[in-house]
Amino acid sequence: MTGASGGEVFWWVAVPYFALGVFVLGHIWRWRYDQYGWTSRSTQLQEQTTLKWGSPIFHYATFAAIGGHVLGILIPASFTNFIGIPDHVYHKFAAIAGTVAAVLVIVGVVILAGRRLTIPRVRATTSPVDWLALVLLGIIIVTGIIPTIWNMFGSAYDYRNTVSPWFRGLFTGHPDVAAVSTAPTIYQVHAIAAWAIWMVWPFTRLVHAWSYPLWYLVRPYVVYRSRVPNRLNEPGTSGRRWRRVGTRF
Amino acid sequence: MRVKAQMAMVMNLDKCIGCHTCTVTCKQVWTNRPGTEYVYFNNVETKPGIGYPKRYEDQEQWHGGWTLDKKGRLQLKAGGRLKKLLSIFYNPDLPSIDDYGEPWTYDYQKLIEAPLGTQNPSAHSISALSGRDMDMKWGGNWDDDLAGATEHALHDPNLSNIEQHVQMEFEQAFMFYLPRICEHCLNPSCVASCPSGAMYKRDEDGIVLVDQDRCRGWRFCVSGCPYKKVYFNHRTGKAEKCTLCAPRIEVGQPTVCSETCVGRLRYLGLILYDADKVLEAAATPDPHDLYEAQLEVMLDPEDPEVAAEAARQGIADDWMEAARRSPTYALAKKHKVALPLHPEYRTMPMVWYIPPLSPVADIVHAAGYDEADPDRVFATIDSLRIPIEYLANLFTAGDVEPVRRVLRKLAAIRATMRAEQLGLEPNDELGRAVDTDPTDLHDLYRLLAIAKYEDRYVIPMAHAEDAGRLLSQHEQMFCSLDTEGGPGMGGAGPVSEEPNTFRGDDGRVHFNLLGWDGASTSPHLFPEAGGS
Repeated sequence: MTGASGGEVFWWVAVPYFALGVFVLGHIWRWRYDQYGWTSRSTQLQEQTTLKWGSPIFHYATFAAIGGHVLGILIPASFTNFIGIPDHVYHKFAAIAGTVAAVLVIVGVVILAGRRLTIPRVRATTSPVDWLALVLLGIIIVTGIIPTIWNMFGSAYDYRNTVSPWFRGLFTGHPDVAAVSTAPTIYQVHAIAAWAIWMVWPFTRLVHAWSYPLWYLVRPYVVYRSRVPNRLNEPGTSGRRWRRVGTRF
Repeated sequence: MRVKAQMAMVMNLDKCIGCHTCTVTCKQVWTNRPGTEYVYFNNVETKPGIGYPKRYEDQEQWHGGWTLDKKGRLQLKAGGRLKKLLSIFYNPDLPSIDDYGEPWTYDYQKLIEAPLGTQNPSAHSISALSGRDMDMKWGGNWDDDLAGATEHALHDPNLSNIEQHVQMEFEQAFMFYLPRICEHCLNPSCVASCPSGAMYKRDEDGIVLVDQDRCRGWRFCVSGCPYKKVYFNHRTGKAEKCTLCAPRIEVGQPTVCSETCVGRLRYLGLILYDADKVLEAAATPDPHDLYEAQLEVMLDPEDPEVAAEAARQGIADDWMEAARRSPTYALAKKHKVALPLHPEYRTMPMVWYIPPLSPVADIVHAAGYDEADPDRVFATIDSLRIPIEYLANLFTAGDVEPVRRVLRKLAAIRATMRAEQLGLEPNDELGRAVDTDPTDLHDLYRLLAIAKYEDRYVIPMAHAEDAGRLLSQHEQMFCSLDTEGGPGMGGAGPVSEEPNTFRGDDGRVHFNLLGWDGASTSPHLFPEAGGS
């Protein structure tokens, strides 16, 4: 970290660790205090015709984008080289698959955001923190897609040797600040917006992502549960229940 | 044999006058909240009618309930587990809010704030979803009493194979009411459809519930239920459903809908069943046999073998006693006058119905009615105003024979009791013709016509003897006033020495202001000078 300025340390060390801390503690807090609010908050009941296309396209394209990030950020270039994938093959694949995913994410998010903005029934269900998450998602998607498509046509910026080592370094305790601080601005904005969304994640409906019910594949169809006597709440002795007065669920 | 107890309901449609008191009281208790404006855990439908939500009974459209695959195995009609997980982002079978009716309220403020003018101000309708002006186009009870029947009623899925018999001209129309709550099925497809495992069937009494903390709003329970009795709260994003008023049932009280039913047509009681046989019965190949198959799953509480097994598996004696006295078991299995709603959905529903008699449509037969002659009584069953085929489509997957048998039995009770009360010679032929001895006939009469409160509701209390152990603050199970020096302890307590006085904890004699008329003397109202 020698030679890094205070500002660089703030953006590329302090912000990421703070965001990770908020992300972890926020989820623990939400799980303990607000499982009742832990939901996908679907609006399919209110509107179906555009959701039918927007939602599956957006979600599946996002999975592809997440897969691309795992490949490009978490897996080092040396590993793909080691298993015999040359750099130009990787880049070609990343550019083509990345662009397909990017276009689909764009299509999906345009449908979903348009729906949320223009259909009053859906708009009415949107809380302020939903709007914040939506704006952050928008920034992340735009700043993520421009370089992906740019890389397909123009000269490729080798993020795998700059942004990726810094990101992996965060988890080993040695973030390479110098490498990321020389990256093009658009990558930097993308990364900062991503940390911002990790920070708000536990406090939004985004938590539903961790509840994808894979367990359903193996559990018995009909669930039986015994009756559990309810805890009686006497004034001053009840279990803690956090809920801001007047909160809309 | 795995003995389980199920709290079951039977509704006697012969008595339902469609007053919607059950709906209103249920609504006030359970769904009188934002997010559930459109939700009716209990609703009363006019039949024929398309129902709530629209055409919910058409499973070719909504894919609710179970079906048999090519090998005869039971599977969810909407598809398997993997298909559900893949279509989790858009549920292709979910009704829209417009199928239930967009909820609305009125802009009442207009009535108060409108400026003076020649026209009376009116409160116009605004959507409870978006707060904007809206025109009402549909609602949960839009086709009540055959309203708009010429337009809607023929879309009733139960009429699909008998359209040619059904007339919608006023003079020939028929109708009756069908109150509906959650069926609390033995093989609930909503529970099976819930990817989160938030829905469950309660082990003790079979009530189907949603764990609000574990529901993630994936919506498959809503589409998985063929009766569409699980609802999506659009404010909380969670599923909600009829709880069979579980908190009331636990303390031995009937559900709100039952308690407030002015026709006294609802019955609540335990039915014991063999949980090991449910899936096999639900997979019965011929839908016509499903009714009988479900009866086979029910266990006779009088059977010593069943009683012994139930005791071994921890069903308490008072519950066994309640099962023996259960009106729902008597109506469904012993007398076989109650029938399940749409057994062809293969969910093994546990809210059953006694089909309604109706006036005889055929003038010729009506003229020939003679209760002394079984042939004359029973011949009319096939020309009742409500077509027997229609009732069969509702209650027996289209098999008219069980419906005919029930209606004949009801007619036999009527004719016999009428004869008795008019002092005529009762005709024993009638009872024999429906395989019912006079005692049973009178039992049924008592249960159906007299319908005493304690006969209609036999509800054992939940066993909650251990509940207090969970509560540390309740571990001291004594009165907090009984502490040393407290009012409940330590000698004689307040002792009166003069009228309206008592000796207080401080040892001083006080005047009791409670009940003082304000005029008579008040000794010791103030401390004596120098203390006492």
